[in-house]
Amino acid sequence: MTVQSAQEAPRGTAPLATAPLGTVRSLRRVFPLIQGAMPRLIIGMIIALAAAATALTIPLALRWLVENPLATGDVAQILPAVGLIFILGLAEVTFIYLRRWLVLGPGVFLEGKMRNSIFIHLQKLPVSFHDSWQSGQLLSRAMGDISTVRRWISFAFVQLFTSTIMLIAGFSVLFAYNGLLGLIFLVASLPLIVISLRFQRRFTKLARSTQDQQGDLATTVEESVHGIRVLKSFGRAGEALEEFLDQAAILRGTELAKGRANGQMWFWMLLIPDVGFAIALPLGIYQASLGNINVGTLIAFFATAALLKGPMQSIAPMMSMSIEAGSALNRYYDVMNTPIEILEVRGAQEVPAGPGALVFEDVHFRYEDSPADHADLLDGVNLSIAPGETMALVGLTGSGKTSLTALTTRLFDVTGGRILIDGIDIREVTIDSLRSRVAMAFEDATLFSISVRDNVLLGREDLTDSTDPALQERAGAVLDQSLDVAQADFVRSLPLGVDSVIGEEGLNLSGGQRQRLALARAIAMEPSILVLDDPLSALDVTTEAAVEKALRQVLATTTALIVAHRPSTVMLADRVALLHEGRILDVGTHSELLARCPEYRNVIASLEEEKR
Amino acid sequence: MSVTGVRGEERSDFTVNEGKALRQRSLSLLGSLLHPVRVRVYFTLIIVVISTAAQVAGPALLALGIDQGLTQVLDNNNWLPAELIVVAYILTALVSSSMMAIYMRSSALISQTVLLDLRERVFTHTQNLSMSFHENYTSGRIIARQTSDIETLRELLDGGLSSLFRGILLITFTAVALVALDPSSALPLLVALIPCYFLTRWFSDTSKKQFREARTFSARLIVQFVETMTGIRAVKAFRREARNEASYAIGVDDYKEANRKVIRLFGTYDPGLKVIGVFTLASVLLLGSFRVANGAMEVGVLLAAVLYTRRFFEPMEELAMFYNSFQNASSALEKVSGMLEEKPTVLEPEFPTALVHPRGSLDFNNVTFGYNSSSVVLPNLDLHIPAGQTIAMVGTTGAGKSTLAKLVARFYDPVEGSVELDGIELTQIANADLRRTIVMVTQESYLFSGSVADNIGLGKPGATPAEIESAARAVGAHDFIMRLPEGYETDVNKRGGRLSAGQRQLLSFARAFIADPTVLILDEATASLDIPSERLVQHGLQTLLADRTAIIIAHRLSTVAIADRVLVMEHGDIIEDGSPEELIAGTGKFASLHSAWRDSLA
Repeated sequence: MTVQSAQEAPRGTAPLATAPLGTVRSLRRVFPLIQGAMPRLIIGMIIALAAAATALTIPLALRWLVENPLATGDVAQILPAVGLIFILGLAEVTFIYLRRWLVLGPGVFLEGKMRNSIFIHLQKLPVSFHDSWQSGQLLSRAMGDISTVRRWISFAFVQLFTSTIMLIAGFSVLFAYNGLLGLIFLVASLPLIVISLRFQRRFTKLARSTQDQQGDLATTVEESVHGIRVLKSFGRAGEALEEFLDQAAILRGTELAKGRANGQMWFWMLLIPDVGFAIALPLGIYQASLGNINVGTLIAFFATAALLKGPMQSIAPMMSMSIEAGSALNRYYDVMNTPIEILEVRGAQEVPAGPGALVFEDVHFRYEDSPADHADLLDGVNLSIAPGETMALVGLTGSGKTSLTALTTRLFDVTGGRILIDGIDIREVTIDSLRSRVAMAFEDATLFSISVRDNVLLGREDLTDSTDPALQERAGAVLDQSLDVAQADFVRSLPLGVDSVIGEEGLNLSGGQRQRLALARAIAMEPSILVLDDPLSALDVTTEAAVEKALRQVLATTTALIVAHRPSTVMLADRVALLHEGRILDVGTHSELLARCPEYRNVIASLEEEKR
Repeated sequence: MSVTGVRGEERSDFTVNEGKALRQRSLSLLGSLLHPVRVRVYFTLIIVVISTAAQVAGPALLALGIDQGLTQVLDNNNWLPAELIVVAYILTALVSSSMMAIYMRSSALISQTVLLDLRERVFTHTQNLSMSFHENYTSGRIIARQTSDIETLRELLDGGLSSLFRGILLITFTAVALVALDPSSALPLLVALIPCYFLTRWFSDTSKKQFREARTFSARLIVQFVETMTGIRAVKAFRREARNEASYAIGVDDYKEANRKVIRLFGTYDPGLKVIGVFTLASVLLLGSFRVANGAMEVGVLLAAVLYTRRFFEPMEELAMFYNSFQNASSALEKVSGMLEEKPTVLEPEFPTALVHPRGSLDFNNVTFGYNSSSVVLPNLDLHIPAGQTIAMVGTTGAGKSTLAKLVARFYDPVEGSVELDGIELTQIANADLRRTIVMVTQESYLFSGSVADNIGLGKPGATPAEIESAARAVGAHDFIMRLPEGYETDVNKRGGRLSAGQRQLLSFARAFIADPTVLILDEATASLDIPSERLVQHGLQTLLADRTAIIIAHRLSTVAIADRVLVMEHGDIIEDGSPEELIAGTGKFASLHSAWRDSLA
């Protein structure tokens, strides 16, 4: 399981999630992604070969020009001969242009496709996945790794192919010229295979490490920006920098190791063919002196062998590029192959319209990575909320209230028991319809850097996307009403009113303002079930009172589950449920519980009351 | 419009002067990055020269071996020249391959040193920039600057150096050799430089624009990606997936198209240079052929001239590729240098006044403040807080409480007037002193990845485990921490380390506790606590705050009970000021708030 091994990895090194695949096997995984583009790539390769072949004919034409018209002085033939060379030159350039054009498409197409797919998959992966993966690791996969694969397809892939063809053809020609010399050349090149394999093993590890370390670095960068207030407030920029530099130095170390490995590879790649030459040269001369080979053939042999140096030398960089691309693909598939655990059953229906009764039946829940000896966080929760009823959920910090609310929209799935809406298990309906019936407001009010209006009407695509004037009018009405209930009319005094774009994460609004917008967002859904996680915690007393008053009207007709820390919030509810050690210990009105439940008194009673 | 700093970052339609200014800024950044490694750059260049020479020598020796060595063996049965040539060949091969290995290491060292330097600069600068910058600049873009933009520089450094130098080397040598051989054959080459120049200028201008666009689009993608993944709960709960998918796809498409244009541009530029090469070669050949036919030129000279002309254009591809990655990197550096150009508005004093034994008295003298010129949050604030006093601030959202707190924490400086600590203006206090003395805990309790202990220890670098535990005990966080799978060593992002908002707040409290500041500001820091936790925190606060100055912003009036003095704010003014008892007994706003609150407890 990928996530599991991600957690096994020590801090500072990122997950090596899948078992290491060979480079070729890793790279093969790119083909399903570029199926439609294969013809273009293959034509591109053929054209690349044509370009190489054309380039080879130019010296021949030149030789003919020198040997024939120039030697004979036949001026009339000069013009056609030069013309031919000119045309061959233009043909080569045309082929190069065509190859670039043909290969460009598949490369950028692949890049776009992979980038969209990973984003789509990440959005579908459950919250538990996002909780356990460092965000920088995801970002580095979506940006850097995918670009690496694109570059490989656009450059290395075709060149690897043409180099291989040229090498095979070249070696065949060498053998045709002289079997013995060809064999020597081939045998001399054999150590390259061993060296390449060793290089591949070493470089594969290094390539993966640098990519993982880049992800770690991205995580640190993200945190240093998102946590800027804390760092500033404690004056810890220096410490943050130190940690960042430590990580950057680790990355630098790995990159340098890559440089060394590359240097070594290049060393052998350049040296070994030359050793082949150095052995073949005296042997060839000896053979020629014996008369086994004529001088012309010997010259042709070495001329051809010299031509092969180019493709042979290109193998080293192509290998490192391919290994990096293979590793980048592995990292991509680490995410793409993570199963989406929260799925709809086959043939799931929409949640039928109903009054909105919410029932928890022997609900168990534990985070998948919590230690085996820990009891379930929710250990058999039974709670029934009648249609239109408002239930407050009270419990100590860390008792699982937030987790319980997250289960209602299947942000996490129960690990035992079931949750029913109007008698239907929420795992049997479509997730989309479930989430449109149940609206949530989270304790940390995440807002997006879009306009206030779009933030509040986030869950109302049915209204906002419509061009029907009636629905648009309705969108405006819903917006106004939600803002009114949440006492969020401060947005109207923003420079652009409800069209003002919120700074990222809503940070140029105060905590109370953000919370009110998040509340407005939940209300704007006009859900049949409203789940609010401590929705008024950041509000001042006056605003809280005003929100409560307005909220009562909404709650009168809506089933609601409200996590509450304060008596004032509990006051909104018809009944209160006390979550204690994973179970609902007691349910009743506030005063009933105060009277009969000591645990409840402990959780909710204020300092003053206790003194009394 | 201005292009100073990060302004104009999203545009790519710059005027000539703007473009020049940007390019200038980016190049001077590149220059300053390369300066410290210049010795190694020279060293590497020498390596490139030797390795190029050895690579050129190899084929020449081979030719010599066949010409001379073979003839000597065949004619005189003299093996000596052949043997010498083989030895020389092996030697040059060794030299050329070792030089290549050294070059690879050396250029990696240059590129990694430069990258580390740049990373450090950008990171440090980002941390130094004031809150006014961070609150208005999308964090995703800062991330883009520090990740993908820096990566483009790496592409340039990794491959560029050798191809640039080798290219120039080969071109120069070839040109010199051609002129020496036959000046009139060099004429077409000279003429060819004219279209080359114009083609390069066209590529330069067009690609600049495209590369800028590509950087902008890439940053946009990063912004959206980071925001979606950070807010994944809300994305899912409000079924934002499809909408995000569509808008991300547009971003991907923009970036893809920008990339396509950039690559196609190069796919035109490079063959363009080659076409010029073909024309030049044909001209040299044609002119030469007639001269040979007329007997004015030797065939050998013509062949050599043709060969040189070809060789002259061969390295052009490498040079063009260098120029391509150079254009890419300088567009990225334009953005990076823009961020580096942003000046922190809250500056550290050049000659700070030492803060030896801070006592913690605070003064606001006629302070006027607004986040921008059009709106004033604090019109004119005068306030004295004696050392050791605990202040509770009450008032509706937007009354200016948080703003006042931010001014004390020096996240911002007042527009007019001054804030003083122990009679010293905050602007005159060194950052380290200030941060040691004044600490602010906000409602948003950010945790960094790492263990629980790491997160508490952030308040006091080098804190011992015992200190960390006692801080946690003091705020009542010890018990829940011990229930975590690995206690204080539990990773806050992993292994059941998911903490509730209340638990996170307790950790930030412990963080402040261990920092042991003289002045503590709590901005809504207890909002998510449940009552028992709040009780514990309050108990801890009473001991903690006994001998220090504190400003507590709280909506829970229960917190106010521990204050010595209550300030009620409205529209940036202090409308009530007194001890809690006085104010409750009075008839003002606080009294009515308090009675409403008492009622709500029933």
